[in-house]
Amino acid sequence: MFHRIDSPAVSPGSFASPAQAQGWRPGIVSDEVAHGEIFASAREGTGAAMALALAQDRLASAGLDPLADMPDQRMWLWVQDRDALRRSGRPYRPGLPRSLRHRLIHVAASTAEDALFALEEGLRCRDLAFAIGEISGNPKALSFTASRRLSLAAERHGVPLWLVRLDARRDLSSARMRWQASAAPSPQPRWNAAAPGAPRWRAELFRARGHPPGEWVLGPGNREKLTARPEERLSEAPTGAQSKARLEGRMALA
Amino acid sequence: MPGPLPLTGTYPAAAPPDPASLPPRRILAIWLRDLAMDRWRLSQELGLGEGADASPLALVAESARGVRITAANAAGLAAGANPGTALADARTLCPALATAPSDPAGDLAFLEKLALWAQRWGPWSALDAPDGLIVDVTGVAHLFGGEEALLADVRAALARRHLAARLAIAPTAGAAWALAHYGPDGTVLLPQDNAVQRLAQLPVAALRLDDDVLLVLRRLGLKRLGDLSGVARDALARRFRNRRAPAANPLIRMDQLLGMVPEPTLPVIEQHAPLVQRRLLEPIRHRDLLDRVVADLAEDMARVLEGRGLGARRLELGMWKVDGEVLVRRLELAAPSRDSGHISGLFGRHLDHIDAGFGIEMVRLRSMWSENVALSQGDIEAAAEGHGTSLAAFIDRLVARLGARAVRRPVLRASHVPERVQAWVGALEPDKSSQEAFEFHHRPLKLLDNAERIAVLYASPDGLPRRFRWRGEVHEVARAEGPERISPEWWRERGSVRLRDYYRIEDGQGRRYWIYRDGIAGDGRGGDAVGRPPDWFLQGLWG
Repeated sequence: MFHRIDSPAVSPGSFASPAQAQGWRPGIVSDEVAHGEIFASAREGTGAAMALALAQDRLASAGLDPLADMPDQRMWLWVQDRDALRRSGRPYRPGLPRSLRHRLIHVAASTAEDALFALEEGLRCRDLAFAIGEISGNPKALSFTASRRLSLAAERHGVPLWLVRLDARRDLSSARMRWQASAAPSPQPRWNAAAPGAPRWRAELFRARGHPPGEWVLGPGNREKLTARPEERLSEAPTGAQSKARLEGRMALA
Repeated sequence: MPGPLPLTGTYPAAAPPDPASLPPRRILAIWLRDLAMDRWRLSQELGLGEGADASPLALVAESARGVRITAANAAGLAAGANPGTALADARTLCPALATAPSDPAGDLAFLEKLALWAQRWGPWSALDAPDGLIVDVTGVAHLFGGEEALLADVRAALARRHLAARLAIAPTAGAAWALAHYGPDGTVLLPQDNAVQRLAQLPVAALRLDDDVLLVLRRLGLKRLGDLSGVARDALARRFRNRRAPAANPLIRMDQLLGMVPEPTLPVIEQHAPLVQRRLLEPIRHRDLLDRVVADLAEDMARVLEGRGLGARRLELGMWKVDGEVLVRRLELAAPSRDSGHISGLFGRHLDHIDAGFGIEMVRLRSMWSENVALSQGDIEAAAEGHGTSLAAFIDRLVARLGARAVRRPVLRASHVPERVQAWVGALEPDKSSQEAFEFHHRPLKLLDNAERIAVLYASPDGLPRRFRWRGEVHEVARAEGPERISPEWWRERGSVRLRDYYRIEDGQGRRYWIYRDGIAGDGRGGDAVGRPPDWFLQGLWG
């Protein structure tokens, strides 16, 4: 369910203003990020979790379709190749975000070629909300041509794609936004100081079309607040291409 | 009344507003009392008592307790070869006993065809496996000149097919069945007759009860239907109070016999599978020609399906080769479809590895399973290209290339063991209703297929872990929460399975894992019996 509590509307139109073009911040919706890549280690769940959070953020920030009389109940796709599945595990329904649990279609592909085929078919499907791919390493099949095909399909049919690259080199790709993500220590939870808190990810945007690179610490928004807009302005900090300022930001989770 | 009656299924007809205005139900029961032997004689083209049928012969089948006789001809029965006896026992009585294999599947198929054929006497018919038919002849007897004449017509028609039969007509299926099996042949029970009185002399076996129930009734001294009505009904109801199945409860069967309780039956309805085929002037040996033929067939099939308002769910493509071989490729669709392009595209992947040999001379496409699809307007805009594919078409394409096991979705299952909580079903199958996981349980985003063993350093054996090594790297535990104790499912697993203590762990870099200790020191299971400390495993990863 995507509640929109307040609406300083962040629309593709407002993105064009130079102040916002300065830096990326959660909640920005633009056609540019239809294809994102997240580099992460297979030893942690950061890549998939951040892909999910970005997807949810995009769905929530895009707002409700004024013509729709029902909440968004489209299925979403999660494709893993065999190596990614073996090394980083299989999606676990009780641990998925509540609004996405019952809508998952999971594809366990045996090779990277099959995974890319499934992703491309998924991007062509008008009934999917978004797609997440997890591919381990730098397989030959995932060449620049293959990533270009994915970008074109994602842009043409409007199905966003986040490709999680587990333990991969930063190779040539046509992804619109490329992140390097790793886990960051979590904030203290309210009741048990010794327990792990809400997740935090250290995310470095090292290549993006339309945004300067930067580094953030991201995390899901508060569950009670269910906010769809960033609580802190991120663009206040200096975001020069050279200075990688660390920014504490909060990403919205629906 | 014996409690709530477990009647499931649909009733043969909707409840009429005024039952008195409708003609009373008339049911014809046909018992083919020697179906297996009749079929054997038909296959051997023998008359009754001719040729091989004149000497003792039995049909036999393998069973768990050796070869058993399932049916025997008249000479065989006279020689002591009763159905159910072991062949070896019968051979000691009659060394000359000849045998032939029985064919229960063939008998059933024959009976199905016969059920359709029997619709010449009534609008619907049902199977009464293994050797009977039920035909609804309500209001049709006058077409044959009365019910006696109808029975004579049935008898003549069956005699022409060399089938021995016993017949009866009664107001209910139960009564007709009882009379056909145990009453005088050709009985007609009229609606105004006193059914209780007419049926009182039949044995209790006429109630179609299970063998153990018949044994109970025999031990109680109840041999005839009249005996049952002599006993106080509440005494019988108490005796059979927890028997819900009609075949296990004589009272339900008795009520069905007398028409006080409806008895749903499943009618036989003929369906023609849509079928299209192309005979080829010249055998084809090349793939592109075959693709062309398959595309043509898919278009033919789409037209046939559209005419009937159907969509195909399962398709079978048969290719007849010149050298006498038949290649068959099957396809299942996630949702009914009659999109010829989609169908031929899906078959395209299945044709990659076929060996045409000397050529394919005939290709046939059959829709073995069709579902209703309403007619809808096609895409008339040029912009339809940008719309993309539908979910069902997308699933079909994935399944055609990756296999059905690769494309699935998780559903919850009634279990509390973490790896057993979720089951995987087909991508478009609906969610079963189930209890969601508890909100206060923290569960990881991903679960490893097999929990991986880790080496853990801890302060005390049942305390929090301090440090662990997983896949060759050491993780310092910065924060931990636990244990959450999860016991094994004793009703499902062996007694040696140990309980698990789960901990949520965050290491110094913020990576979060779900680890557990398998058992506790001193539980006497697994390695504890030889004094080893419990093992630790890493099972899940949080984002």
